[in-house]
Amino acid sequence: MLTAQLLYGLTGCLIVALGLRTVLLHASLLHRVVAINVLGAGVFMILVAIAYRGPGVPPDPIPHALVLTGIVVAVSATALALALARRLTAEQSND
Amino acid sequence: MNTTGLLVFDGLLLISIVSLAWSALASPDARRSVILFMAFGLVLAVAWGRLLAPDVALAEAAIGAGLSGALLLVAVGEQSNRALQDNALRVSERNALRVRATLQWVITILCVALAATLAWALVHALDRATNERLAQVVSENLAASGVSNPVTAILLNFRAYDTLLELAVLLTAVLGILALGTARPDYQRTGPVFDGLARWLVPVLILTAGYLLWVGAHAPGGAFQAGATLAAAAVVLRLAGERSIGLPQAGALRVILAAGVGMFLVIGLTLLLLGRPFLGYPPAWAGSLILLIESAAMLAIAATLVLAFLGGRPPAIAVNEENNRC
Repeated sequence: MLTAQLLYGLTGCLIVALGLRTVLLHASLLHRVVAINVLGAGVFMILVAIAYRGPGVPPDPIPHALVLTGIVVAVSATALALALARRLTAEQSND
Repeated sequence: MNTTGLLVFDGLLLISIVSLAWSALASPDARRSVILFMAFGLVLAVAWGRLLAPDVALAEAAIGAGLSGALLLVAVGEQSNRALQDNALRVSERNALRVRATLQWVITILCVALAATLAWALVHALDRATNERLAQVVSENLAASGVSNPVTAILLNFRAYDTLLELAVLLTAVLGILALGTARPDYQRTGPVFDGLARWLVPVLILTAGYLLWVGAHAPGGAFQAGATLAAAAVVLRLAGERSIGLPQAGALRVILAAGVGMFLVIGLTLLLLGRPFLGYPPAWAGSLILLIESAAMLAIAATLVLAFLGGRPPAIAVNEENNRC
């Protein structure tokens, strides 16, 4: 086990918890979307930390591919969430 | 760099990551929160570079911080315009928060427990990380994949199925966005300074996208980073107040949105007809097939991200629909 793996991995765990707390507690939709993205970044951090093999050693490419896929899925989910929020606000102001 | 120096660097980086995440989440002002989130994404990209994940760093800087941030900022701008009109919504939000004040502690404690469980699982997983079989299989078969960048080999060859489905997720998201409403109105034309910047920046972004697409075969890069860079060029044009931002007309736009999934399926099914497994490229052709799929995927990703920035059906599609209705 490398110190860097542990440091970055544990920070990832902390960021997941911080993000999840805001997702559950915040009332504003926009803050929640930001918080879900922060939560996702924490998960990516855990994965990239697991892939790390130390300086000068090629890291495991599989978690990297997973994170790359995750980033793209996260941005499309964010875009859809924002479009839903926009429609929701439009419907509410019509009432 | 020596070990102590690296450790100090890690410490500073992680402290700034956690404090940026904390202040982005704690800020009551949405605009501030989004800007802090973008800074968080950029510092994360540095962390990915530090952990020797340059492919992820590029994607994070272009997509995670760049385009997500742009999408969120536009949403904030629209929201604050509305919020000025009616304060009623804000008051109800504040009340909702007060009602749940008793729940806050329970949720906080549960989140701390989750972090502790995750940390425990992580420490155990790292202890047993001697099992390197999958990474070994990747490096042994890299020569037959048609590319020499292992991340591209996994995304477009070994696990091409996952990437096909990922593009399907993107397509589903953009169909949802198209169904939910019409695009935001165009911006006013900007002054000569931004215009001059756009004039230089847009060609450079398009060139960079082409370079990232090509270089992905043997170095960090690929369709996702290239698609995001191409979308950034369109976003810059739109911010400059340009009416046409490079999106094709309605019919062609629909074809491009489906191009990533379509090219994947055409190649996969053709291979199936030729008696090979679905998406099992012949090694001699693998490099060219991957480039073909990545080019189509880049266009689809760029068009999807631009439509997400517009926030709904662009005028081209909307006009087309009205003609159909008449």
